[in-house]
Amino acid sequence: MAGIPHDHYEPKTSGEKWLHSRLPIAGVLYDTIMIPTPKNLNWMWIWGIVLTFCLALQIITGIVLAMHYTPHVDQAFASVEHIMRNVNGGYMLRYLHANGASLFFVAVYLHIFRGLYYGSYKAPREVTWIIGMLIYLAMMATAFMGYVLPWGQMSFWGATVITGLFGAIPFVGEPIQTWLLGGPAVDNATLNRFFSLHYLVPFIIVGLVVVHIWAFHTTGNNNPTGVEVRRTSKAEAEKDTLPFWPYFVIKDLFALALILTVFFVIVGFMPNYLGHPDNYIEANPLATPAHIVPEWYFLPFYAILRAFTADVWVVQIASFVTGGIVDAKFFGVLAMFGAIAVMALAPWLDTSSVRSGRYRPMFKWWFALLFVDFFVLMWVGAMPAEEPYATISLIASAYWFAYFLVILPLLGVIEKPTDAPDTIEDDFKAHYGKPADGSAAATPAE
Amino acid sequence: MIKNLTLSAGLGLALGTGGAMAAGSVGHTEDFAFSFEGPFGKYDQMQLQRGLQVYTEVCSACHGLKFVPLRSLADTDGVGLPEDQVRAYAEQNFEVFDAELDDFRPAVPTDHFPANTSVGAPDLSMMAKARAGFHGPYGLGINQFVNGIGGPEYIASLLTGYTGEEKEEAGVTLYENKAFPGGWIGMAPPLGDEYVEYQDGHENDLHHLSQDVAAFLMWTAEPKMMARKQTGFTAVTILLLLTVLLYLTNKRIWAPVKRSAKGYPAE
Repeated sequence: MAGIPHDHYEPKTSGEKWLHSRLPIAGVLYDTIMIPTPKNLNWMWIWGIVLTFCLALQIITGIVLAMHYTPHVDQAFASVEHIMRNVNGGYMLRYLHANGASLFFVAVYLHIFRGLYYGSYKAPREVTWIIGMLIYLAMMATAFMGYVLPWGQMSFWGATVITGLFGAIPFVGEPIQTWLLGGPAVDNATLNRFFSLHYLVPFIIVGLVVVHIWAFHTTGNNNPTGVEVRRTSKAEAEKDTLPFWPYFVIKDLFALALILTVFFVIVGFMPNYLGHPDNYIEANPLATPAHIVPEWYFLPFYAILRAFTADVWVVQIASFVTGGIVDAKFFGVLAMFGAIAVMALAPWLDTSSVRSGRYRPMFKWWFALLFVDFFVLMWVGAMPAEEPYATISLIASAYWFAYFLVILPLLGVIEKPTDAPDTIEDDFKAHYGKPADGSAAATPAE
Repeated sequence: MIKNLTLSAGLGLALGTGGAMAAGSVGHTEDFAFSFEGPFGKYDQMQLQRGLQVYTEVCSACHGLKFVPLRSLADTDGVGLPEDQVRAYAEQNFEVFDAELDDFRPAVPTDHFPANTSVGAPDLSMMAKARAGFHGPYGLGINQFVNGIGGPEYIASLLTGYTGEEKEEAGVTLYENKAFPGGWIGMAPPLGDEYVEYQDGHENDLHHLSQDVAAFLMWTAEPKMMARKQTGFTAVTILLLLTVLLYLTNKRIWAPVKRSAKGYPAE
């Protein structure tokens, strides 16, 4: 791989040479695992490993669950109970899988916010960012379809509401909705295709993850300073970096173990906390639950979907300008997908020449507000569509768009950044190189 | 007492419990104390057996338990009936339709509790997980985090929550109930003081009957709770140990790097 100069794999034995001249797989693995990594990475750079673990956990538990699950409207709900009661360790498999989705999204949101704060999306890492956004979209699709499979009340009605969004698209909406559902309403055809796709999409995610890693291994990791690794020579690069193995693998595994401890507390002692009680009631097309609420990780975008009602002036203008084609429902759908689209466009919306938020005094506050805004949206997404939540969600949604479309472009022009260190080595020394007292030098730990 | 595991380390997930707390007019759920609460709480086998008796003598007239295999009554970390008693219980209490015989026959342990749709009453298999007794505040899910979701508490509160008021609406009699969302429920008060004479001579006022059957329904909803908590405890213990070991390993690996950052030789 191009990028930071470092030692490459050299086949030594005749067997290694034989393989290397035919398939340089050992070299690829060596370069991947020994990639020079900025030595000043902080604890927000651990989420990649957590996410990789989540993907593996979900695929492994999911494959076993699929061995015992029946994708049929008459048997799906009962087959989940069969897993919970009769399959060896089935209750653990299912709770790991259900809560694993939550861990997956906790990690992906922190990973994304890490990227937004430290400017990881900026040149030359736009491709990494875009692929990351595609992974995030694929994750949402997978999680949504997975939630339908237990065929509880919230499965059924959540599927009805969300697929109904496609029906809001002008002219072609209804045919698209029917095509997605395999019929006029959520039914057996829907359940079957969702099961099929819920099994397929994770493997597309695996492929995207490989490309994601390939992309940032080409550019090198970003780091908390946003200053690039010096790469004119290997000796210089080594002042700024350490190999991924063992320094960052062990660090990440420590963080992963700590996170998994908390995860197993939830799975072992409160596995239904993040779920919805209504999903323990079998789906019934004749009985609508009092409140249809998506899983927590969809709530921020669900709030944006609901925020733009017909009495909001931008909606009225959009409706007037398009001659009624863009009504409130379709506007909400556009806003929901737009909220993710503007995030994906961050590399081109952010005009600042400084990468890391650490050296951007104004940006810091707007970013902090965006982080709070995300949780406000999550909160109002779970509340009924009535005052004061309607107004709060409208303001919070507006800020989400304003951050990306107005604040990011403007800040680059009006903000006066502070000085970043010249090199990663300087940053690392500034952090760890406090003048030590004599005893530290006299009695080294070894 | 610890009602449920109280974590100081939140992942910001407290926001997550979705719409459970979004319900409109929620009833009042009394916080009954159950033996199975908290990370170390266990089912009280005698209580589950009493609850089974209440279900059999009262609830089963209208409500089914169609997802619960009768054989699981023998599970030792649950109701824990001896196998011969399970067989006798199945045979004496339930008839099931056998497609091969094309006729009804007495139930055997490999059958499930029968479904019961005779008066349109909901199946109770997972009722204790399908209802939230605790909500909010303000949709933040904190009550559920501290007290648990409150399914069994809701069931016990419902059974003890009748005020005695009745009204008729569209030809249906509704009964006022403090726990039921909306305040009026179609189910007539099913239990009262001494409705069931316990085999073990335990107190049988309304409060006890309600709590016992609620505990039993928690077991029908989550029969593997004891095994799950045991697995969770083992996993957390091992992971904590692993975390400490990895912390020390990490510290050791980075020590020379940090030393050289101070200007000393790495080793």
